[in-house]
Amino acid sequence: MSGAKEVKQHYEPGTHPDLPPPLGSTGPIKWIRENLFSSPTNIVLTILAAFFLYKIVPGMVAWTITDATFIAADRNECRALNSGACWAFIAQRWHLFTFGFYPEAERWRVVLAFILLCVVIVALLWENCPGRSLLVKFALIFPFIAAWLLLGGFGLEPVSTDKFGGFMLTVIIGVTGIALSLPLGILLALGRQSNLPIIKYACVGFIEFIRGVPLITLLFVASTMLSYFLPPGTNFNLLLRVLIMVTLFASAYMAEVIRGGLQAVPNGQIEAADAMGLKYWPAMRLIVLPQALKISIPGIVNTFIGLYKDSVLVIVIGLLDPLGIGQASLADTKWQGLSTEVYLFVAIFFFISCYAMARYSLYLERKLHTGH
Amino acid sequence: MNSGTSVGSTSSAAQQRNIVSRIWNDKETRSVIVQVVALVLLFAFFAFMIRNAVVNLEALGKGFSFSFLNTPANYDINQRLIEYDSRSTHWRAMQVGILNTLLVAFAGIVLSTILGFILGVLRLSKNWLTNKIAHIYIEYVRNVPVLLHILLVHGIMVHSLPRPKSAITLGETGFLTNRGLFMPKPLPEPLMWAVAALFVAGIIFAFLFRRWAKKVQDETGKVYPVFWISLFAVIVLPVLAFFLLGAPMAWENPELKGFNFRGGMVIRPEFIALWLALSFYTAAFIAEIVRAGILAVSHGQTEASLALGISRSRTLNLVVIPQALRVIVPPLSSQYLNITKNSSLAIAIGYMDITATIGGISLNQTGREMECMLIVMGLYLIFSLIISMFMNWYNNRIRLVER
Repeated sequence: MSGAKEVKQHYEPGTHPDLPPPLGSTGPIKWIRENLFSSPTNIVLTILAAFFLYKIVPGMVAWTITDATFIAADRNECRALNSGACWAFIAQRWHLFTFGFYPEAERWRVVLAFILLCVVIVALLWENCPGRSLLVKFALIFPFIAAWLLLGGFGLEPVSTDKFGGFMLTVIIGVTGIALSLPLGILLALGRQSNLPIIKYACVGFIEFIRGVPLITLLFVASTMLSYFLPPGTNFNLLLRVLIMVTLFASAYMAEVIRGGLQAVPNGQIEAADAMGLKYWPAMRLIVLPQALKISIPGIVNTFIGLYKDSVLVIVIGLLDPLGIGQASLADTKWQGLSTEVYLFVAIFFFISCYAMARYSLYLERKLHTGH
Repeated sequence: MNSGTSVGSTSSAAQQRNIVSRIWNDKETRSVIVQVVALVLLFAFFAFMIRNAVVNLEALGKGFSFSFLNTPANYDINQRLIEYDSRSTHWRAMQVGILNTLLVAFAGIVLSTILGFILGVLRLSKNWLTNKIAHIYIEYVRNVPVLLHILLVHGIMVHSLPRPKSAITLGETGFLTNRGLFMPKPLPEPLMWAVAALFVAGIIFAFLFRRWAKKVQDETGKVYPVFWISLFAVIVLPVLAFFLLGAPMAWENPELKGFNFRGGMVIRPEFIALWLALSFYTAAFIAEIVRAGILAVSHGQTEASLALGISRSRTLNLVVIPQALRVIVPPLSSQYLNITKNSSLAIAIGYMDITATIGGISLNQTGREMECMLIVMGLYLIFSLIISMFMNWYNNRIRLVER
């Protein structure tokens, strides 16, 4: 304040003009000082991180994009053209990765089913969607329409489920599992909280058993052993068996998440419902579950994401999800040794869909947060 | 409710309905009825399944017995902790599998915990760059299936590491190749037992000393440098003893013979890939748990502690960490369970754990699906139970003691 300038110029009280803030305390310089160089430890961390990025990022960008080959006939041509990734492989087998071995002439059915699925999802998730009430009713019959479109029959060419594969299979397993495991999980959670000991211990036994073993063993059971437990001569579709196992697996985890929500609902709520003369099911449906489910949204979505990611495990019993397609394609001598490209491609697909789910859950949490 | 009997007189029908509705509306009777029905259904379900299994197995002429465990396994396992060759029994193969599962689970738990805590702290760091790097890492890893991570790491290792002929040498005697990491194998001499005994004694001493120091601190407020004294007892003393006794350890070095290394100790790429991938994956989840735990300790606690003149490091040790651990431990234990269960994905890259030995090759060779799957599931249930019990015990120890 005692700079030479101020002394020279004289201002009447209250007439001093607003000076701009010092250069170091605004804009990018301030931001850099506060976020990157605020203390000696911070400076060291920044330098280390920058060095790390410098070592890693250029190589990765070069390999995946600038040095990569996008169009080639086989691996040798890729190698001859460029030193990076060989995406030509993915480009050439794009249809296989998307549809599996679904007959080419019938693929429009898969596309149509997928578009309808998107419509249903948008209607369910977006509250201000035009014509929502009609679309929600459509959501109830959608599973049957989708099954008809995918499997055929009734005027359409029948397609066997062992032709299903690729991302289509992932979406089928994920969506079915998600849609069925939530209601089943709610029932199991209510059963676990029940006052009736036999119901309670049956649920506890089921939940703890499922949670104690890896999904892969359950899938083995589905593929090799399940027919032993059915009446002699019966044998049903492998995809259906897998769907059942994946749903049961996810529902046990879902039950534990919802139990956490149920325990967080104050006892007074249930007592108040009792006092109003509500019976068990109305009390649960109208009072307890809306609160419990709201609390457990993050956990529920995490379980969904887990289920969706777990669907890749079906390759160990021979279903051809994108990973299975990729591994089968790698056996082709023309394309051998491109495993990194395949795995990265599938990883990016999963990242996009799971990240979207996680983001939506965050949005939902904020929207439903009615507390103070 | 048989309508035939109620045709004669309407009053008795009404009475009967009345009884039924009275029974149904009585809470206790109804709960008994519901439970009996549930029990009968449950029994009927299991009886149906078991009967089917018996009939089906009989039709296949298989029977149900575990005697196959005593027959020779006829397959090789390249990564093993105990003696095993292809003439050993399935029982022995199972033991090898159990040890391999436990090895990768334990190593994974240790590495993922360390990485997870580092990432969790970085995620809270005020430094924008490290914070963002940790964030991107966590989001990428969490949203991609663990099986893909395993395959990716394995693929990169197998494709980018050199062949044994042009191995990367680590020091003079370690070799990193696409066949694995070859290291000298320690061959302990008799005096080594003294060092080992000293090491165990050091651990016991450190444990007792910690309890004593805590008691003294609670009573008098006097603080001992527990960490440094424990470190001295557990690490420094045994190392000193080792060299004073003239390093009683011989090393068998790996040597390049033909196309591969012979002798020494080898860690297969399958193990390394599985271990790293499981740890990287679980570390991302642990990082989020750690972050939530640290954020859950209100800032007022730290401020109060600093206001009392307690130093920063001791504020962290005595105020923040104990409170954060209460939030961290329960979800952490479920991550440990996940790592153990996810280790079953070893089968995808050919690491011989329980699922790959008894639930994989043994199952295919003997055709005993039922017995093998029972063993595998039973073992995983036992592991889960043991880890849960240990973590519950630890959780009880650190939980808030309310007076």
